[in-house]
Amino acid sequence: MKATVMMPLCLGMALLTATAQAAPAIYPVDTARFLGTSKFDFKVEFDREISQSDIDVRINGKSVADVFGAKPEFIKNEEGKGSAIILRNVSLAPGKYAVSAKDGKEEASAKWDVYGTPEKAKAKNVILLIADGLSMGHRTGARLLSKGVTNGMYNGYLSMDTLPYTGMLGTCSVDSIAADSANTASAYMTGHKSSVNAIGVYADRTKDPFDDPRQENIAELLRRKTNKSIGIVSDAEIEDATPASVVSHTRKRSEKAAIVGMFANIRPEVLIGGGSAYFLPRTVPGSKRKDEKDYVEDFRKAGYTLATTRTELLNVMEKSPDRLLGLFHTGNLDGALDRKQLKKGTVSKFPDQPDLTDSMNAALKVLSKNPNGFFLMLEAGLVDKYTHPLDWERAIYDTIMFDKVVAQAQAFCDANPDTLLIVTGDHTHALSIIGTVDDNLPGELMRDKVGIYGAAGYPNYKDADGDGYPDDVNVSKRLAAFIGNYPDHYETYRPKLDGPFVPAVKDENGHYIANAAYKDIPGAQFVPGNLPRTESTGVHAIDDLVVGARGPNADQIHGFMNSTEIFRIMAEAMALGK
Amino acid sequence: MKIWLTVLLCLLLGVQAAHAETENRLDFDGLYSGGGALGLRFSDKVLSSDGRRIVIRGFMAPPLKADADFFVLTREPVALCPFCQSDSDWPDNILVVYLSKKQRFVQNNTVIEVEGTLEVGSWTDEKTGFVSQLRLRDATFHTL
Repeated sequence: MKATVMMPLCLGMALLTATAQAAPAIYPVDTARFLGTSKFDFKVEFDREISQSDIDVRINGKSVADVFGAKPEFIKNEEGKGSAIILRNVSLAPGKYAVSAKDGKEEASAKWDVYGTPEKAKAKNVILLIADGLSMGHRTGARLLSKGVTNGMYNGYLSMDTLPYTGMLGTCSVDSIAADSANTASAYMTGHKSSVNAIGVYADRTKDPFDDPRQENIAELLRRKTNKSIGIVSDAEIEDATPASVVSHTRKRSEKAAIVGMFANIRPEVLIGGGSAYFLPRTVPGSKRKDEKDYVEDFRKAGYTLATTRTELLNVMEKSPDRLLGLFHTGNLDGALDRKQLKKGTVSKFPDQPDLTDSMNAALKVLSKNPNGFFLMLEAGLVDKYTHPLDWERAIYDTIMFDKVVAQAQAFCDANPDTLLIVTGDHTHALSIIGTVDDNLPGELMRDKVGIYGAAGYPNYKDADGDGYPDDVNVSKRLAAFIGNYPDHYETYRPKLDGPFVPAVKDENGHYIANAAYKDIPGAQFVPGNLPRTESTGVHAIDDLVVGARGPNADQIHGFMNSTEIFRIMAEAMALGK
Repeated sequence: MKIWLTVLLCLLLGVQAAHAETENRLDFDGLYSGGGALGLRFSDKVLSSDGRRIVIRGFMAPPLKADADFFVLTREPVALCPFCQSDSDWPDNILVVYLSKKQRFVQNNTVIEVEGTLEVGSWTDEKTGFVSQLRLRDATFHTL
């Protein structure tokens, strides 16, 4: 067909789709592809108040009550926005489903693809390793700094480079082509897409952040269908979006105090991270709760062994407890560069924090005690936390640390080949490495010292102690790396040795302006932002993610996939649809 | 002779004033004496200054809400606001400042000096639900 004929047709189809999506709204949404027998909430929102008799909702031509065996609740008027029907906690057998919703005037439709899994599990254990925000620039930067290059050939590979199956993931959201760590991680943990800031739910129109239509998550499925152990590890706050997504349902990822309660409901055998502030009653200095609940005590009573420093962690691991709660910081832990070398960030206040490799060791030891296997989600959360404020050196040091965790996981897989290992990020950043910065090059401005193409040559990082990290991040000839979106800031062309970068601060009009603390650093150059002035840091990219895998079912990872396929591959490996 | 006496008096007063100032001055690094993941510990100086007038330097975080009658004083300029961003949190060593009378917002880039009566212990602001551990009441500030 000629393009001229196609164009109006495409436009017409686009308009039709747009009209159909306007009202009513159906949840799960059109295009949803999810696990048969998994629970979900079915909801239809009408955009005006109607009587119950006007509603005609059909699934494959049958009434809702016929399909689910129960009548949906009718809501006459939802917050003045119109009528709705909702039926919670339902499930479907595998198959193709066509949903239609009519209110006497408007009509909407949705198609669902509900898949099953084999009866028998292929994998005993599943390990999902996520470096939050992991992009190509982080991987390349980690390889350059950790391994080095000789005459164009890398001196070695990262552990994540050696995974036998590789694919690309698309991370778009229900409400936007962009995504945040809440709905991207939620896609891995539920198999459903969601909206920015939402975890384990479809974001509906109501204000309540806890009433949105739910999607069953992997922790609930594991508890309902298996006797496997569950481990959740992060170096960010444990209530932060990625670790929260394993257990949570909320429209608002910022509901961190409530998320702690959701951890308590699931009781993962291993829970390691920062964010103790939300476990402590409000009367304790350092608490961020607004009530008197003491979740440290709550977990202790439930039989958890507690560790709050690296030393304590190593000590308690000598006896290898059955349930482990590791809380090492009131907020996010510090990254590798600050903990190992610069002693900045919050290291002086929290001088004895574990490395992510310590946490990984502890998690594997506790979880592998279960003869039925386990599911472990570990997040290197600070890769993203440092990339947002354009502090790419810290982000790359943490990517090196993450790769050491990948190596530990690969060693575990060598010894336990019935383990599916998946290694990826959750969304990307626009980080690119373009050459070197050489302090010894002539030039009045720092930008004249940026070596590109042939002039880039090789950086002069050294790793004399062989720990995989450069001994000094601030060498005279270092990587030139830039992030493609940013607020107003001062580019200093060198690592921030006094603490993580704070590129912009807010003014009285709500606009972010360049942080003057960096203005007088020799060579600092003002860079006007290319993001809305309301943005404090760089934002996520929509670029595809790289995913690598090994073990049972890993061969399904190839080419381009929607991010929800990670859930399907894990669910299939553990036969969660049985 | 008169001039000498005046100079001497000024010097003595100056020393005394400076002395008083040192006594009542707190800094962010001295708010907590330690602690860890299970909670922070107020420093002896903070505990002994409870209910007394103190002076502290820091940065003024942008106003929380139009109707909030307090602002947050931080050690470093901050790029966040818990009511406008979902993905952010305050550092744990903040001081909440209730002013004795309205004063204009000062750029977050600028160091300010605040004087007020120190109040120690957990307290929830009724209007906003904001929970704080350390507050300055009846405070005034000026830029440096």
